[in-house]
Amino acid sequence: MTTVHEPPTEPAEPAGPARAPGKAPGSPLRSRLVPRQRHVPVLATLALFLVMYGGGIANYEGFSDTQVLLNVFIDNAFLLVVAVGMTFVILTGGIDLSVGAAVALTTMIVAELLQKGWPPAVVLPLVLVLGVLFGTGMGAIIHVFDIEPFIATLAGMFLCRGLSYVIATESIPISDSFWTSVADQKLRFGGFHVSISVVVAAVVVLVAAYVLAYTRFGRSVYALGGNRQSALLMGLAVGRTRIGVYAISGFCSALGGVLLSFYMLSGYGQHAQGMELDAIAAVVIGGTVLTGGSGFVFGTVLGVLVLGLIQTLITFQGDLSSWWTKIFIGVLLFAFIVLQRAVGRRTS
Amino acid sequence: MQTADQSGTRDGAVLTMRGISKEFPGVKALDGVDFRLHPGEIHALMGENGAGKSTLIKVLTGVYDVDRGEIELAGEPVSFTGPLQAQQAGISTVYQEVNLCQNLSVAENIHIGREPRRLGAIQWGELRRRSDELLRRLRLEIDVTAQLDSYSIAVQQLVAIARAIDISAKVLVLDEPTSSLDAGEVDQLFRLLRQLRDEGMAILFVSHFLDQVYEICDRMTILRNGRLVGEHLVAELSQRELVGKMMGRELALLEPMDEEHRRPLTELEARPAVVEASEVTRSGSVEPFSLTIHQGEVVGLAGLLGSGRTELARLLFGADKADGGRISFGGEQVALHGPRTAMDHGVAFSSENRRTEGLVADLSVRENIVLALQAARGWARPLNRRRQNELVQKWISALSIRPADPELPVRNLSGGNQQKVLLARWLITEPKLLILDEPTRGIDVGAKAEIQRLVAELSDGGMAVLFISAELEEVLRLSHKIAVLRDRKVVAQLANSDDVDADRLMAAIATGGAS
Amino acid sequence: MNGGDGRFAAARQHALFWPAVVLVALLAVNTAFSHGFLSIELRDGHLYGSPVDILRASAPLALVAVGMTLVIATGGIDLSVGSVVAIAGALACLRISELGDQNGVAGVLLAVAVALVLAVVLGSWNGLLVARIGIQPIIATLILMVAGRGIAQLVTDGQVLTINSGPYETIGAGYWLALPVSVLIAAGVIGLTLAVLRRSALGMLLESVGGNAEASRLAGIRSRWLTFAVYAFSGLCAGIAGLMISANVASADGNQAGLLIELDAILAVVIGGTALIGGRFSVLGTVLGAVIIKTLDITVYTVGIPSDVKLLFKSLVVIVLCLAQSAAFRAWVTRRRHVGSGGSGARVATGDDEKAGALA
Repeated sequence: MTTVHEPPTEPAEPAGPARAPGKAPGSPLRSRLVPRQRHVPVLATLALFLVMYGGGIANYEGFSDTQVLLNVFIDNAFLLVVAVGMTFVILTGGIDLSVGAAVALTTMIVAELLQKGWPPAVVLPLVLVLGVLFGTGMGAIIHVFDIEPFIATLAGMFLCRGLSYVIATESIPISDSFWTSVADQKLRFGGFHVSISVVVAAVVVLVAAYVLAYTRFGRSVYALGGNRQSALLMGLAVGRTRIGVYAISGFCSALGGVLLSFYMLSGYGQHAQGMELDAIAAVVIGGTVLTGGSGFVFGTVLGVLVLGLIQTLITFQGDLSSWWTKIFIGVLLFAFIVLQRAVGRRTS
Repeated sequence: MQTADQSGTRDGAVLTMRGISKEFPGVKALDGVDFRLHPGEIHALMGENGAGKSTLIKVLTGVYDVDRGEIELAGEPVSFTGPLQAQQAGISTVYQEVNLCQNLSVAENIHIGREPRRLGAIQWGELRRRSDELLRRLRLEIDVTAQLDSYSIAVQQLVAIARAIDISAKVLVLDEPTSSLDAGEVDQLFRLLRQLRDEGMAILFVSHFLDQVYEICDRMTILRNGRLVGEHLVAELSQRELVGKMMGRELALLEPMDEEHRRPLTELEARPAVVEASEVTRSGSVEPFSLTIHQGEVVGLAGLLGSGRTELARLLFGADKADGGRISFGGEQVALHGPRTAMDHGVAFSSENRRTEGLVADLSVRENIVLALQAARGWARPLNRRRQNELVQKWISALSIRPADPELPVRNLSGGNQQKVLLARWLITEPKLLILDEPTRGIDVGAKAEIQRLVAELSDGGMAVLFISAELEEVLRLSHKIAVLRDRKVVAQLANSDDVDADRLMAAIATGGAS
Repeated sequence: MNGGDGRFAAARQHALFWPAVVLVALLAVNTAFSHGFLSIELRDGHLYGSPVDILRASAPLALVAVGMTLVIATGGIDLSVGSVVAIAGALACLRISELGDQNGVAGVLLAVAVALVLAVVLGSWNGLLVARIGIQPIIATLILMVAGRGIAQLVTDGQVLTINSGPYETIGAGYWLALPVSVLIAAGVIGLTLAVLRRSALGMLLESVGGNAEASRLAGIRSRWLTFAVYAFSGLCAGIAGLMISANVASADGNQAGLLIELDAILAVVIGGTALIGGRFSVLGTVLGAVIIKTLDITVYTVGIPSDVKLLFKSLVVIVLCLAQSAAFRAWVTRRRHVGSGGSGARVATGDDEKAGALA
């Protein structure tokens, strides 16, 4: 027995030690059409998204207008940026509950400083740097002192909301000319339009996807989420990676806050209430596993799209009161999660 | 072949450890241990559980820091602050649990942290190519882009070794590399090790399998209770002497079980059946099988890794649900809804994965031992503390569990003692049928013999035992009847008579039972 | 070496030590600012005083947090408790408002019973999702958190439902034997829970499930049932708390009731020494945690901290507490103080070193 040829059969369950040895999904002879195990959740999300979209087109007038879809992006660009940051954190098996509060705090700082006459060219980079510092701080506490991410970032959430209220308890309008012109700017193409925020979000998504797929740091993120003990023993920079993802999340929260401030043209401590849960939901719907190690940024994009589409469907339905909306969202979320599990189980 | 015998100290050793001492609260794990390793040799580190082998390796690779002593690598004193540093200095370790990332591809696991890059971007094509080349050296041709966990543990281990080689290495440390490998895979591994040794690598080999040590190693260092007993050429020491030095006393371990004590199969099969499985099957898991185990009978399951032995056992315990067939306990047909039902009928199951499926790491030794008993009684009928302590102390001494403190978190115990705790958990339920899946894996020679003796005693006392082990010698030593599995199917059931030996069994495994 | 019991008692004592210190410190600060803070007086057969106020405020939170403790012990989490709080209060108030005689005890009892049954059903729903279908707890309970808030608003039709019912209001605002009824109810439920946990094997079985669910299943523990049960229990606790909260103000607010209570509850659990990852848990610790959180609120008021700084102040206290509980932090601090003493032991935090034991 000199060569070990693994004949193609179905792969073993990924979780836990492989009791049955399982075999490789085949060598070069494997069919290109059979998706890899790790791509299945995202594809399931895509399929379900298409079903929802199709349902919308079938039931509502004007739903098929592409602008409808683009509006979802316009209305959720800030959520997308925040969710991308959350993706990094969740991929390592952690969680960041502070993002909503950090977004709100950013809008507050922006509004306050702009109102005091600070130039936008200073305010913008400043809040981004603050975001990175905040994230790094949380990451350091989590890693160095071995505190659970849930609690540390919860404290971070309280801290940010607390600071927001210290700055002001009412909302502060933004009237800076640069800010308002960016907010109003419509980028037109072929009869459709998007906002600058959408472009920013798109850039963030592409950069994030690149980092995760083509840089050592990105691959360490996956390794860390897969098996922290192994990553450590393999000599990976576990500490730096762990702190790094929270820094990224902090940056994305700050950037999301900037985008939200364009959208709302105000700073308010009560902005983005519950955005952290939206971000987590988007990431999970997008196929990223909460325990880490598996998932893609493009899945998160789909997750945000699904959440946004749900909202759009409700708007098109028109007559739902705000509480029926919540119930409807809950039901749809449930249906989605269950279906995702069912699909995942069948293909594994 | 042997390296030329070298005498004296500074003798071209690539790795020298001198006077290493390491203490943990309450335990002196290493006490003034010397160790040296030369290029172009395979050096075994021998000792029972608790002798200090694992600690020595962790000290070497920087996972622990030393209290006293020096380490020299290629003549230079070194002191590592962590696995990364040790790796960078040229010491690569492959652990018993494959310490790779299951969610990444084979190629990535080999190269992660050192991926070929251009302007910061990972060159995936180059990565793939290098991995293919490396694995070809190891005579392994697999799809390197596939996820690691789609391969067997054996293959994963070879990938781990491939990574270790690629990184380095002046020194390759293998900690129990063959625990999960079958005979063919062990051959493959050894061929590779010999190749590496001939190329000049220094290899440190830690294993409980004495036969394997004698097959592959040139030199050995023996530890006992944290102290150095001696360093010998393998050729100079017989297995008997080796075991004596490891245990500190003479022990007739390698004698076959006293044949007289083994009751003849015909007598046993006349007794009432404890379990009768008829055409039991689970799709994708085990083909329909029929098996009967009588009171006092030990049935061994033999077969290659992945042949379905564990799956069969799990079906009898209700850990997995059967799709078809009938199971009867004590003559009464039972629908197995889950482990609890089986336990209510007197079945016990000690899983092969003691860490993930056996012990609850955070609970104490006492809690782990009484867990199954308590579960069977239900939540409303707690065992009072005094009774718990009684039972627990009884089994701690019966199985020589060390340390003997029942309140220690079980995660602090060594692997062998953890296995004993798991065993105690099931023995305390006084089962009629005891299913043991790899109960001696990762356990030192002394403890192994104890457990085997225990199984023989239990069966003498009337307990039925289903025994799974990858070591055919063990199965032969203990079983009255042996069921051979191949490719998820029971292909033969043999009475363990005098003419059945390891070769015969392997033939049965290979050919599917033609006698 | 200590006997096993001694060591465990010492450990648990240690986990509660810092929270107790913080509580004492907070009370001291309060007393410094308001000299009569700790005084309790008996007036009209009722006990009055800040300590009583703290206990009254803590009662609903402590209840919710105790339910949360058991859920967290099994390795899960329940984000929906806030919504259940709102739904329970809303449903009870709705039913009472439809009664001919809002003061009729029978009618009130029925309304309360219906609300509690629904709370248990909602908790069971979570249990079903987590234990039977296998959805991750954070997502499963998120669904009810979102939909449930909508249900609460549906019941109250978005308004604040006011009622006028003596018997109902007793639950939240009444007194019995000089003590607040809500405190008595909470103490009763929590006391009963503790009794059941101590006198049965439930505590150990729950810790086992939280520590390793599969190993527990293979040891014969009915993991699924236990998991299901703790979510149902959490729902019940949230329901009772919801009744207390709404009874206290004789109204139900579908929008605001119970908002963010899940975060406070989780905080109380963590302050009390239970790790979010599951396993060992402490009900008493949680109660202490709940009291600390409410004492914090009162401290802010007594000391005169402006309300916009309140949240910031709270976050700082939480951070300090979490750091104090972190062994790594304590080691870092003591190492800084004793310069030069090298710690022996693993450089790699032994928390990571779960694979092999510390021995051999």
